[in-house]
Amino acid sequence: MGPSLDASIALAALGPFLAAALAPVVHRFAGRYAGWVLAVVPASIFIFLLGFIEPIASRRFVQASLEWVPSYGLNLSFFIDGLSLTFALTISGIGALIILYAGSYLAGHPHQGRFLGFMLAFMGAMLGLVLADNMLALFMFWELTSVTSFLLIGFDHARQAARRGAIQALVITNIGGMGLLLGVILVQQLTGTWEISGLRGLGDGMREHGLYPLVLILFLMAAFTKSAQFPLHFWLPNAMEAPTPVSAFLHSATMVQGGVYLLSRMTPFLGGTDMWTVTLVSFGGVTLIWGALGSIRQTDLKQMLAQTTIASLGLLVLLIGLGNEAAIAAVVVYFIAHALYKAGLFMVAGAIDHETGTRDITLLSGLSDKMPLTFIGAALAALSMVGLPLTLGYLGKEEMYLALADADWRSWLLLAVLVIGNALLAGVAMALAIKPFLGPLATTPKSPHEAPIAMLIGPLVLGGLGIGVAVMTDWFAHDIVVPAASTVLDVAVESHLSLALKPTSILFWLSVLTWVLGVLVFLQMAAIRTTLRRLDAAIGWTLDQGFDSVMFGLIRFSGAVTRFFHHGKLELYLVVVFAGLALAVMVPVLGMGGMDVLLPTHELGDWSAKLSWPDLRIYEWGVIALAVLGLGALLTASSRLVAILALGVQGTAVALIFLLFGAPDLAFTQFMVEILSVVILTLVMTRLRLDERDHRQFEDWARDGTLAIVCGAGVSLLLMVVLSGTLDPRMSDFFTATSVPIAHGHNIVNVILVDYRGFDTLGEISVVMAAGIAILALIRGKKKPGTLAPDVAKRQRKSALKAAK
Amino acid sequence: MNTVIFRTIAPLIVSIMLVFSVYVCLRGHNEPGGGFIGGLIAASAIAIFGMSSGVERVRAAIRVDPLSIAGFGVFIAGLSGLMSLFTGSPFLTSIWLYLDLGETVLPLSTPMIFDIGVYLVVFGTISAIALALEGEGGDI
Amino acid sequence: MDFVLAIVVGLFIATGSYFLLSRSLIRMLLGLTVFGNGVNLLIFTAGRLTREVAPIVPTGLDQPDGPIANPLPQALILTAIVIGFAMFSFLLVLAYRAYQSLDADNTDTMRVAEPEDSPRPPLSY
Repeated sequence: MGPSLDASIALAALGPFLAAALAPVVHRFAGRYAGWVLAVVPASIFIFLLGFIEPIASRRFVQASLEWVPSYGLNLSFFIDGLSLTFALTISGIGALIILYAGSYLAGHPHQGRFLGFMLAFMGAMLGLVLADNMLALFMFWELTSVTSFLLIGFDHARQAARRGAIQALVITNIGGMGLLLGVILVQQLTGTWEISGLRGLGDGMREHGLYPLVLILFLMAAFTKSAQFPLHFWLPNAMEAPTPVSAFLHSATMVQGGVYLLSRMTPFLGGTDMWTVTLVSFGGVTLIWGALGSIRQTDLKQMLAQTTIASLGLLVLLIGLGNEAAIAAVVVYFIAHALYKAGLFMVAGAIDHETGTRDITLLSGLSDKMPLTFIGAALAALSMVGLPLTLGYLGKEEMYLALADADWRSWLLLAVLVIGNALLAGVAMALAIKPFLGPLATTPKSPHEAPIAMLIGPLVLGGLGIGVAVMTDWFAHDIVVPAASTVLDVAVESHLSLALKPTSILFWLSVLTWVLGVLVFLQMAAIRTTLRRLDAAIGWTLDQGFDSVMFGLIRFSGAVTRFFHHGKLELYLVVVFAGLALAVMVPVLGMGGMDVLLPTHELGDWSAKLSWPDLRIYEWGVIALAVLGLGALLTASSRLVAILALGVQGTAVALIFLLFGAPDLAFTQFMVEILSVVILTLVMTRLRLDERDHRQFEDWARDGTLAIVCGAGVSLLLMVVLSGTLDPRMSDFFTATSVPIAHGHNIVNVILVDYRGFDTLGEISVVMAAGIAILALIRGKKKPGTLAPDVAKRQRKSALKAAK
Repeated sequence: MNTVIFRTIAPLIVSIMLVFSVYVCLRGHNEPGGGFIGGLIAASAIAIFGMSSGVERVRAAIRVDPLSIAGFGVFIAGLSGLMSLFTGSPFLTSIWLYLDLGETVLPLSTPMIFDIGVYLVVFGTISAIALALEGEGGDI
Repeated sequence: MDFVLAIVVGLFIATGSYFLLSRSLIRMLLGLTVFGNGVNLLIFTAGRLTREVAPIVPTGLDQPDGPIANPLPQALILTAIVIGFAMFSFLLVLAYRAYQSLDADNTDTMRVAEPEDSPRPPLSY
């Protein structure tokens, strides 16, 4: 452990992303050997992590931290303990084999480089997820696994089924992701820490807190969606649209296990309550049976495996829910066993598909002669899946039965569920290993031959490990299972793993029962399948279809909302705008006592001053009368020319007001602008054949008039309120006092424009110039008159036709 | 619009207005006036000229495309702000130079150049618009 | 006198709003001008009114020798007038172009960007 430990742990978590970015380049140069080259990255991470087994087993854990957002006290912190080491080893180890496999499986595919990049990015996200200490980082990696798996499932994006599977996976897992984010924030608010390691010892307080059910539901939402628990399991089978290496990696050992990891990680903090146990055990139990039955219903190899994955996830959730020592040890053992055999079987299924052109189990037979090594890989994996002695599967099964070995009736019920589930899975495993390989050779779309070496390494190594690790029982128990299980339970756990057969123990006979039932299931598989399919047809509706209904309903709903708000009637948009203006002005003025300045106060003198005739001079009244006259003439103008003149009159009146109240600059500018406006308006309006009268229906007229009066009155009132307050003259005083001494100018307005606020003015003249350019572009860009008109006319005819119907 | 009286008087009015506009612009720092007003007056002069003598004659008379004048205005306004770089002060800080011409002192300054820039922008843009609208035989 | 000006501002805003709510582009343009004038007056009045004394420091003095009009709102309004005019010209030409292309100045018939029978979102993946 050198001083660069922080950096190397972070590199282990983030390195795959770097490799992902380089993958397309590597693919370009290394060509068909890209898989071999890129597999070095996960392999070296695996070897690096192997070095941690020893220290972790002696009850130490390793932390590393990088500054992330220091201003919020956020660190990108990682830590390695028994649980995360188990997951990280599985991810990187299987990842290396999968990359190797994918390099061969997709050899010659034009986008193979991209594919390998996605795979490595996904692996990085997964490693980050299990190594993250900071819960926000955990959430970030969690979402990254969703996004990268979206890319991987939809890799073959020209097919609709792949797109659908990808969108479904993204939607479902992201619902959980939102739950996780809320849960993480809530936990941080309650405990004050972002670090998972900081939650140690806070579990008792949490379980008694009033918000515990909410936190629990949020975390369960995340875990159940990710780990495909019933009734949100249906995205997993649809994700089989991905290329097989993806399924072998994501949907057996990694992504779907994210939920299992989260639940295990949160066990010391959230676990142990009745609510936790009942929810997890019931959901897990239903999912186990549902998935196991589902796998028998299928004939497609990958679909069968996907369904068994659902079943296994249900089993793991159930065991976590039980939460006693043996159950948690069983979780660890079963997780590893499952990862090894499921990834192997997926790779075998992919190899069969690759070499024969079909994945339908009813069409496959007798491949053992043609593909002997593939058969060995499949057989080794199936042994572990059935749970025969000397395999990891056996250890896991023994351990989970041990977890329920007390005399409670609930335990017996659960035991029955477990035995039936395991028996169904064992049946499927036998079918997978026997049906395609033994018996007479069947004709397949491609003539079968052995898969390339890169595609064989995976199943053989994983199958071998499934037995090899089990044989080293003591090492496995002491260095892997005990540290991981101790982390989950936060107490030191004793190991009772043993490969020895004990005919005196009831556990042994339960295993025998499982095997016997499994053989029965295998023999009667066709009959069970027919029955299940009939049942399915009788129900006639699946959750999968329900998802479609919900999605399409959402699309329809959003379309309707868009059409409602985005109706295309300009005057209605403006009505909304002006109604907003009226509200924005009127509500503060009326609601916050703004009217007080206008109402009588107890000081009668003040009030009488308000009543008195305003002290305007006669010519000032004249100018104001001119303004009102101009507006009135504009409103009642019956011809174009009168309207233009009225516009000029009101503008002139404004200019005169400026002049009378000490603003000669404004007055001159306004005069010039009015003159130019009138000239330009005349130039343009005389060329239009316009109907200049205002055709408004009475309702429109009343609505617009009311709105206009409310807006005007509101602005008047607001201004009166403002005028009744005091003016803060500091800015004006500063300009007035410094205009001559600092800026050497006597006209303060001009000094402000060209000196104090010169930057502002520079922007404004740029706007003026831009407007000029736009105008010239409009004028010079010759367009034939009426180019768009026929289209509009056609549309209007169409809508008229529609109305007529 | 095309009466004899108007056509005869227009050049006179236009020239007076143009001279007046420059005067208004330059005195703007100390008296009412400034670049905005000056530019508007000059643009009005061009508009009147265009109405009386036709757009083509106006374009020939001012030689340069009005919008180029506007562009030049933005350019020198920005440039006057950059002058402050030489004194090491922030953008648009004013610099004053008093030229002693014996009888009188002529104050030159970057705000003056800035104001001339404003003048040119307003003059150029609005002249361009007015000429474009007046021109091309009633079909813009 | 301030309150009288406040009422005048209200009249300008009301007239401007009424015209802007019209369906005829040209009337909307007139409304925009009136509305702009109203807003300019609003800023002007909110800065308090002072009769006739322009914000100019007499020659030879460093400070004005009496109360003067508030220069700040004037500086704001001056540029607003010119920019308002540039915008007015732009919208006028735009309206004219629209009239030429669509043969209409009624906003109800200008539905190129948002046609009445816009397509429904597709219901597939």
